[in-house]
Formats: sequence, structure tokens, C-alpha cells
Amino acid sequence: MSCNCGSVVKDERFLLIDKILEQNNRDEAMLIQILEQVQHELGYLPEDVQSYLAEAIGIPLSTIYGVVTFYSLFTTEPIGKYIINVCMGTACYVKGARDILAEFEKQLDVRVGGTTEDAKFTLRACRCLGACGLAPVLNVNGKVFGRLSTEDVRKIIDQFE
Amino acid sequence: MEMVTVYIDGVEVKVPSDYTVLKAARKAGIKIPTLCYLKDVNQIGACRVCLVEIERARGLQASCVYPVSEGLKVHTRTAKVLSARKQVVELLLSNHPQECLTCSRSTNCELQTLAKDLGITDIPFVGEKNTYEVDLSSPSIVRDASKCILCRRCVSVCTQIQQVGVLGLINRGFDTTVGPPFKHGVGEVNCTNCGQCINVCPVGALKEVDHTERVWEALADPDKHVIVQTAPAVRAALGEEFGLPMGTPVTGRMVASLRRLGFDKVFDTNFTADLTIIEEGHEVIERLTTGGKLPVITSCSPGWVKFCEHFFPDLLENLSSAKSPQQMFGALAKSYYPETEKIDPKSVYSVSVMPCTAKKFECQRPEMEQAGTPDVDAVLTTRELGAMIRQAGIDFVNLPDEKADAPMGIGTGAADIFGATGGVMEAAIRTVYEVISGQPLPSLELAPVRGLEGVKEATLDVPNFGEVRVAVAHGLANAAKLMRVVQEGKKQYHFIEVMACPGGCVGGGGQPLVTSADRIALEEDYQAVRVKAIYAEDRGKTLRKSHENPAISEVYEKYLGKPLGEKSHHLLHTKYVARSKYNVPIPEQEKAESVK
Repeated sequence: MSCNCGSVVKDERFLLIDKILEQNNRDEAMLIQILEQVQHELGYLPEDVQSYLAEAIGIPLSTIYGVVTFYSLFTTEPIGKYIINVCMGTACYVKGARDILAEFEKQLDVRVGGTTEDAKFTLRACRCLGACGLAPVLNVNGKVFGRLSTEDVRKIIDQFE
Repeated sequence: MEMVTVYIDGVEVKVPSDYTVLKAARKAGIKIPTLCYLKDVNQIGACRVCLVEIERARGLQASCVYPVSEGLKVHTRTAKVLSARKQVVELLLSNHPQECLTCSRSTNCELQTLAKDLGITDIPFVGEKNTYEVDLSSPSIVRDASKCILCRRCVSVCTQIQQVGVLGLINRGFDTTVGPPFKHGVGEVNCTNCGQCINVCPVGALKEVDHTERVWEALADPDKHVIVQTAPAVRAALGEEFGLPMGTPVTGRMVASLRRLGFDKVFDTNFTADLTIIEEGHEVIERLTTGGKLPVITSCSPGWVKFCEHFFPDLLENLSSAKSPQQMFGALAKSYYPETEKIDPKSVYSVSVMPCTAKKFECQRPEMEQAGTPDVDAVLTTRELGAMIRQAGIDFVNLPDEKADAPMGIGTGAADIFGATGGVMEAAIRTVYEVISGQPLPSLELAPVRGLEGVKEATLDVPNFGEVRVAVAHGLANAAKLMRVVQEGKKQYHFIEVMACPGGCVGGGGQPLVTSADRIALEEDYQAVRVKAIYAEDRGKTLRKSHENPAISEVYEKYLGKPLGEKSHHLLHTKYVARSKYNVPIPEQEKAESVK
């Protein structure tokens, strides 16, 4: 652990955070909204950002980290430009969603939940997308792909290269 | 408070309207089992073990959080209730390592007791189990999240009572776990090592780092001269390890047991507690009379010192530079003692028995060594000493009373009361008053700084000086409150005592565990019961002022010279380091208007 006697320059990220904190009166009750807005601006919630928020709101870092890890919408890791959500609902699962997911892991060389080294793709498994008729189904940044087989995986990736 | 009448299993009972059903049931003489509930610490209705049936309420209700109301009818032992409670515990057990025989908490585990009380003879649910790596990052605390039952008592004590906030809930659902944020170990974050989390853990998920192995090894080594010191609060609680009633002082039997364990000399931290008073007292006098940094804040409690380093680095100059009694003893154990005994300092192995887990951290601070060897080689908690006595098969209860060895085993009543909140202050005043005024202190016992009030204050009129304003805080949330008063300059104090643990060292993180059931059964706080043993020791002593200790006069004459002298400065005083609150650097910012 190092001392932080004002040696860190307040970069743009923290100026943005200050603005969000002001809008929410640094209120603990607004924590989820604050986190949502900060993640919207920065893409993710790394340790220095959460620590800064803990200091500003006056609550322990462990409390913020607890909220961030509780809700699946928050992430502590940077996410890719494209987010692949592979549906793991019952219908997709029985129609081979697991193989689709495994194929993405292989092709992108990344584990579920992870992001490729070039920060292009984040691979996620998600709950039922509500399009069971298209099973197995997935979406990439909102664009839906259905009735898939493992051969389609490469084609989908190439569309976003 | 308005009273209401409630009926629990048909028993009519009148209770204050702010009671919970659980509390009302106790009053009616009905015991409802609990698990996550801990009096004054955790009351969240999370574990569902205390379920009861309440007429006209939907489903079963958690009695620890259900408020009473006029005419409420409660049933605590219906078939539905008993089967629900049983199932709750069976589910907990299905995700719990079945290692009870070798667990540190075997026979002293609240989950084990509960399973037995509920008549659980097998675990019908078989499924996935959460396993986590044991966290060995801390010099004081071992955390085994695999054993954690998510009761959150440690989170409550760490966040609210200590206001350190290192432990929190992480993740969700089956993946939920308790620990420091961002996968850091407890030894890698701003943990103060106070060990209050261990004291409240119902199972074996939290325990101290074991030092008994290394002490057994040293005792078996013929080339080592093994000496031991025991802190004031240990004798007020060690008896509990052997079934003696809480508050039984066992000084004589403790000394006898240590001799039987094979220590070459049995000394007493009381000796250096008196020395601390002389050094710290003179520091107070010097700062009072020469316009030094005020208030002077005590530095005996290593949990408090680390808290101050992390949370109030701007007040580090206020801390007394005097080492804690444990470390003063260690420094003399490796210098004065071998010199006067004419033995090789390298052969001396110094062990301390402490009510404290933070002492294990303190002894390995780089400031606490001479020529590369630590002043204190091993720190046993009161619990660990209890374990060693049991391992050796010593019949503790029936031991004769024995006396500690001279000279480092001699202490006064002023040293005894170090173990209670307000005790260091009281002891210091007994000396400081007499040194400044040259007159005897009119009354030895300083009532306003005794007791379990979170922050205590007193004003004394000291002839030849004037008014001296003092304050005492115990428990780190109370300490933080008092430090903010100091930072904001709202009150001007001369001298402040802070102890990290609620009640002071008697409530330390290394003391015998007091289960939830025992806390409920006690009429008062357990710390208050132990404190009685401490004050009884003090009253029983002829010498009750540190400056009247003949062994202290001797150490100054023979070795140290004078208080705050060069040798004292080198051996008995230390420095502190500013530490950050977070593991990553963050830019400075405007403070929140109301820091919670």
C-alpha cells in the first residue's frame, strides 16, 4: 500500500465523477444511480474509481464493492466494443447454446465473462432473451442472431471485425 | 416506555413496546434458537433460524426482527416451526465443510451446537459446495471463507462498531461470500487486526494466526532461554477457557500454569505497563509544560495505532511516541534482561500472552526489532494459551497460586487497570498528577473514565498547572467520533486514551469467545463482568501507582538513566507511518459535508 498524499493528478475521469456526485448530492441512498451513471461514462468501475466514490460519499469501499458485485449490470473490468450475449435460457440450452458459447470461447480465445485482448469483444452468457422461437439465439450490441449452429460463429465474428 | 401484553406459547408476558418477539420470549423464559443474531451487534433476520409462527401473520417470521404489539400471539415450537428451522440448518450444513473434528472451533461452534440442539443427525441435501482459498495474508487473522455461513456478524462489527469496513458481502446468490473488496487479503487492506470479527464469528471462518507451534518448539529447544509476559487483561478472562465463571481473576494460577509449561522465567507485562506510564506520563508532562503537540493520544493499542495510521494520518504527531507495554517489555527482554542476568541476548526467546490479535501484527513491525531480531518472538492470544494448557494436560482449575518472577514480573495496581477502558488514563493520572503537583492524589479512583460509555470525559484540577482535560474512547467508531472532534477543534483536550476494542483489552480480539447464547444470558455486557476482576486486582494491591514500583526505579538506576533519556528514547519509543485507506492511489477531493 502506498501513501496517496495528493500525488495523483485528477484526470478527466474524476472530473466527470465529481459532476455525477454533485448531481446526486453525494448521497449514499443514490449509490446505485451514481454507479450506473459513472459506468455509463467510463464503461466500467475499476478499483480507483470505486475507492474515489467511497471517499466522496463517506462509506466503506467494501459496501460499494458489495453493490457492484451484486448487480450483474455493473462490471469492474473494461468491456469490449461489441458485447456478445449468448442466451442460456432453457430452450436455447437444449438446442445447443453451450456449444455455441464454447465455439466463441475458442474462436475469440477468451473465457465467458471476459474481454478479448484487443478490447473488441466481450463474451457473456445471459438469461432467456425471450426469443425462444429463434433458439439458439444471441445478440451483439442489440442485433439478434437466431437458429444458430457452431459454423455461424466465425461469420458473426467477421461481421464485426 | 409503553408496555404491551403478548402471549408466547400461551405464556402471558408484559414487555416494553420496542421489544422484538425474541426478546419478549426470553422474558417469558422461552428460548428461541438463533444463529446470525448477536446482541448489540447483528440483528438482521438473515439466517431464518429464529423462525416462529405468529397468529394472523403470513408465513413464518424471524423473531429477532419482529416487533411486539398489543395482544400478539406467538407459537415458537409448532411442528411447522421445528421442521422449518431444521431445514434451514440442514441447508447451511449442505454447503459447509464437514471438518468439525479438526476445526479450531470444534466443541465451541455455534453451528455445531445448533445442529445438535435441533436434532440433526444427517444432511439430506447433497449438492455443490463453495470452496475458497484460505486467506493467509495477515499476520494476525486467518480467514477461511469455505466455512463462512454468511451470518454477517463480522461485517456488522467491522463496519459499524469498528468503522473500519474491511469486510463486506461480495457477489450474489450461491456465489455470495464475505471478504475484503477486490479479492485482496485481509493483510493487504486497511484492516486494523483488532480481531473483533473473530470474537463474533459463530464458526471457524475467522481465527488468529497460530503461534503455539513456534512456542512449543522454543520450549523444547535446550539452547533457548524462553521468557514470557502476560498482559493485564489475560488474567481477567483466562479462567473462562476452563469453565470458571466470567470475572474470576486467575493471576496466580496463570503464573503456575506457565511455569508448568516450561517457561524459564514467568514475567508480567504489568512491569512495562508501569514503565509505559512513566515514559508516557513524562511525555505528557513535557508537552503540557513546554507547549508541545496536544492532545497527547495513547499508543498502547496496536489496533488503534494502525487505525490512526490509515484513517487519521494527520493526527499521528499527537500519538505518544511511547511503545506499547508489550514492545517495551520485548525491548528490555533482549537488552536489559540478558545484560543483568549475564546470558547471551541471542538465546533469549520472548513470548507474550495477549488478549489481542493486533499484537501479532505489532511484534513484526520493522520498528520493533534490534539488530534484525524481533523484540517479541511470539504472541499468544488468551485462547491460544488456554489451548496450550489443555494440550499439556495441566489441571488449571486446581493449580496453586504462584507469583511471577522478579524483577520484570513486578507490577502495581495502576498496571492492572490497563486492561479496562479508561485504565491507562487513570493510571497515567495517578503518576502525572503527583509529579506535576508534588502532592498525593486525593482519590485514586477516577470514576468518570470508568464504565462502558463510548466516549468519556473528565476535567481535573492539578495544582501547579491548572485544569487538565482528558477524554477516553473505546471501540474504533467511538475513537473516530472523538478524533473528528479533535480535528475540528471543537474541544481542547490535553490527554486522550483510545483502545481499539469495545470495553478495552478485556474485550480484545484474542480473548475467550463469548457465544451469542452466553451474551443473552448475561445481565450486563461481558466486558463489564471481566472489568470487575481487573479493578479487584488493583484494589488488592499495596502499590497502586506506577512510580512507586521498586522494579521500575531499579531499571532506571541500573540501566535506563532517566525517563525520556537517551536509552529510553532508543529502546522504549517508536515512530508511526502514514498509511493510505485504499490500495490504489486516488486523487484528493473535497470532503463530504457529513462524513458518516
